[in-house]
Amino acid sequence: MIPICRLTPRHAVQQWLTRLLLLCLCSLPLHTSAQEAPEATPAQPTFDELVRQLPSGNLRQRATTVEQLASQQDERLADILAALIVGDLLANKDKPPVVAIRNGDTLTDALNGSDLTGTSGLRRIPVNNSLRTQLRGMVAQLNLSHPDSDKRYAAVQRFIRDGVDGETAALLRQHQPSEESGRVNDAIDAALALFDLQTGDRDQRMAAIDTLSGSLEQEARNALRSVAENDEDATLRAAGAKAIESIQGRISFYRFIENVFFGLSLGSILLLAAIGLAITFGVMGVINMAHGELIMIGAYTTWGIQVLFPDLIEWSLLIAIPAAFLITALVGIAIERGVIRFLYGRPLETLLATFGLSLVLQQAVRTLFSPLNRSVSSPEWISGTLSINPVLSITYTRLYILLFGLAVFFALMLVMKRTSLGLKVRAVSQNRAMARAVGVRSNWIDALTFGLGSGIAGVAGVALSQITNVGPNLGQAYIIDSFMVVVFGGVGNLWGTLVSAMSLGLINNFLEPWAGAMLAKVLVLIMLILFIQKKPKGLFPQKGRAAAD
Amino acid sequence: MLTQRLLLSDRGGMLVLGLVLLTAIIVPILNLAVPSDSPLYVSNYTVALLGKFLCFALLALSVDLIWGYAGILSLGHGAFFSLGGYAMGMYLMRQIGDRGVYGHPELMDFMVVLNWDKLPWYWQGFDMFWFAMLMVLLVPGLLALVFGWLAFRSRVTGVYFAIITQALTYALMLAFFRNEMGFGGNNGLNDFKEILGFDLAAKTTRVGLFVASAFALIIGYMACRYIVTSRMGRVIIAIRDAESRTRFSGYQVESYKLWLFVFSAMLAAVAGALYVPQVGIINPGEFSPLNSIEMVVWVATGGRGTLFGAIVGAFSVNYAKTFFTTFSPETWLFILGGLFVLVTLLLPKGIVGLFDRFSRKGDKQ
Repeated sequence: MIPICRLTPRHAVQQWLTRLLLLCLCSLPLHTSAQEAPEATPAQPTFDELVRQLPSGNLRQRATTVEQLASQQDERLADILAALIVGDLLANKDKPPVVAIRNGDTLTDALNGSDLTGTSGLRRIPVNNSLRTQLRGMVAQLNLSHPDSDKRYAAVQRFIRDGVDGETAALLRQHQPSEESGRVNDAIDAALALFDLQTGDRDQRMAAIDTLSGSLEQEARNALRSVAENDEDATLRAAGAKAIESIQGRISFYRFIENVFFGLSLGSILLLAAIGLAITFGVMGVINMAHGELIMIGAYTTWGIQVLFPDLIEWSLLIAIPAAFLITALVGIAIERGVIRFLYGRPLETLLATFGLSLVLQQAVRTLFSPLNRSVSSPEWISGTLSINPVLSITYTRLYILLFGLAVFFALMLVMKRTSLGLKVRAVSQNRAMARAVGVRSNWIDALTFGLGSGIAGVAGVALSQITNVGPNLGQAYIIDSFMVVVFGGVGNLWGTLVSAMSLGLINNFLEPWAGAMLAKVLVLIMLILFIQKKPKGLFPQKGRAAAD
Repeated sequence: MLTQRLLLSDRGGMLVLGLVLLTAIIVPILNLAVPSDSPLYVSNYTVALLGKFLCFALLALSVDLIWGYAGILSLGHGAFFSLGGYAMGMYLMRQIGDRGVYGHPELMDFMVVLNWDKLPWYWQGFDMFWFAMLMVLLVPGLLALVFGWLAFRSRVTGVYFAIITQALTYALMLAFFRNEMGFGGNNGLNDFKEILGFDLAAKTTRVGLFVASAFALIIGYMACRYIVTSRMGRVIIAIRDAESRTRFSGYQVESYKLWLFVFSAMLAAVAGALYVPQVGIINPGEFSPLNSIEMVVWVATGGRGTLFGAIVGAFSVNYAKTFFTTFSPETWLFILGGLFVLVTLLLPKGIVGLFDRFSRKGDKQ
């Protein structure tokens, strides 16, 4: 009765011994006897021994071995059986044999997971159809009783996709009472309903239609459609049609949610691009046409960090955020000190001069890094999609950018409302002379404010590098949109910028399906131009003395 | 009286116009009558280039009229220029007839590609020259009227006006890039054959267009000069310097601005219409915001608010552009960008202002 429960140390020793044996290719009697000791009680062979028995004997013996394996709780079992079904379980003629799992071009030892790539003499362990059916059921059951609910859910999903037969239905019915996860339970309900819809009596089928009307699976829809169109029973046809209708209703609801999300995501991109401008243009009143180029510099910083530290791709974005902030803030301060401070009070000249700077910066990037786009890679943790249900999935990149945009926005709000820098910035923008009179160094504040706005542009560039091409023209694509956001929201109002960025994103995204991307953009611009006629000071105009100019 | 007002009191303008007139007479002679191996011969390339510059000068004039005199900075004048160009281009396209690649008697090549079966309604009538010329003036004029009426009525001024005009030309660029618009999409209109029955490839036609551009510039200059020296011109300058005060004195500020804006848009459209047959193509790229802002730099470099400064600026900046884009294309954007900064920081009155300063110093001595 020794090795029934897996005593880990013993297990390890065995494995180690096995490996030693295999490596040396010698069979000393002492070791062999130690290995074969448990065979004295043939009713309870260990898992490893059972696996090693798989290649030997005929198919019927193999079926018995598989059944014995199934009675053992071992996490390696699912992989081994799955490999056996598709013919990827290999073994050689050694005694005891090496059992390997083939996965593409690599070979791994089925028992200890060590790399066996390049080992010769491995042959496929043959299986026939009846054994395969038996194995499939076992694998399904194994997956169904897997402790991870995601695995169980995926197993049920696979049933739904492959079609549910009587055997699986029985299996699912047997498993369902012990299922804890609601999501898996729903999926099982759907799978059973699909089965009932094909085979059950009239009442069962009605109940099945009722259940399926709550499912968003493509298969459920197909099954219901075929009932609604082809069934002999008129009541069933009507029920099927009604169920499809309710499903379509839910699908369009989720599509709507998806549209809202994409709209907000676009809005958050606009917000990131515009929020720096909301500081420089909105608070300081400086038109900075080179704002787009500051975003571009931020994006290039991300690229630069990835080139400089190729081993830290996973961390590159987190490093790039402060780096881009610093670099663009410095460039911004240089622009302010070098050009803009001579042009305060002459907004049109500021516009032209900064436009010139934007051309110079673009050409500088083109000369330094080539006019071609640079590829910025995305870290693992930001890629992939979050599937909420079969019709609604969200990419992590967009989700993170949405959250990041909001985070930057609220951080900026905090800086403006709660720090002494923010206080001074607001003081200077409201009444420069008075602020100077009470001892605020307005020159410094101008430079720092401009640096802050520029730094945020750089941070926006880091985010944009994840979703768009990083090239010399990156900034140009955003500058007009950013100005539109600030003007629409009301100059000098950060909340207005948030609302206007999000609503422009939403409007754009809802117009796109029926107008096409290009026309949607044109329509939004025309709407904005008309809006500015109606409310020249934007959605949330500044009130009081600050607005009087 | 009128000659005194238009000509004699305007020394710089007379000098510049004299030069333009001189080029309009000498260049055709040197191109047509002088054998091509003579050192005095002016090549076809130079004629085309100078013709282009003359159109740009007319365009700069239209920008200077509203920016220099009314203080309205439009970053969308390229839109009016391009619309004029497109109207002319549509006439030239209709003149191709069945000589296109697909040989369709009525449809343009790009319409054949799009499988259209008949000419869109807005292409009707463009086979007549007078109608096309009317459209050159009317379409941009109407756009300027509607846009300006909306903008000035709600008192959109200064930077806001600059930004929404930029958005206007940007929106038009995106719209014209669409194939469904029926203006050739990305490729625009090109491959023209003849104008008023004259072969566009012929030397004499090119010289004719050159002379036409020169005279358009001279007439345009006179018209602008007439406006700015008139009573209306004085009110406009008053609006630039103190808008509220002018309004409170009882002037209808909005209508003055609006009519000036419409006139300026039409002037830009004429420049576009003359430009297109000389370069042989018009495409949505002409709408790009960069083009519109470049025009402003011509004016700023030449000296705003003088009219002839705009002509000087257009010629010198474009000459520099041609020079640098041929010899080292990389540096051109550096120079253009630097020009923006330097002119605004150091030369607020442009090249003309520089000369003025020197001549004043001379007067004092």
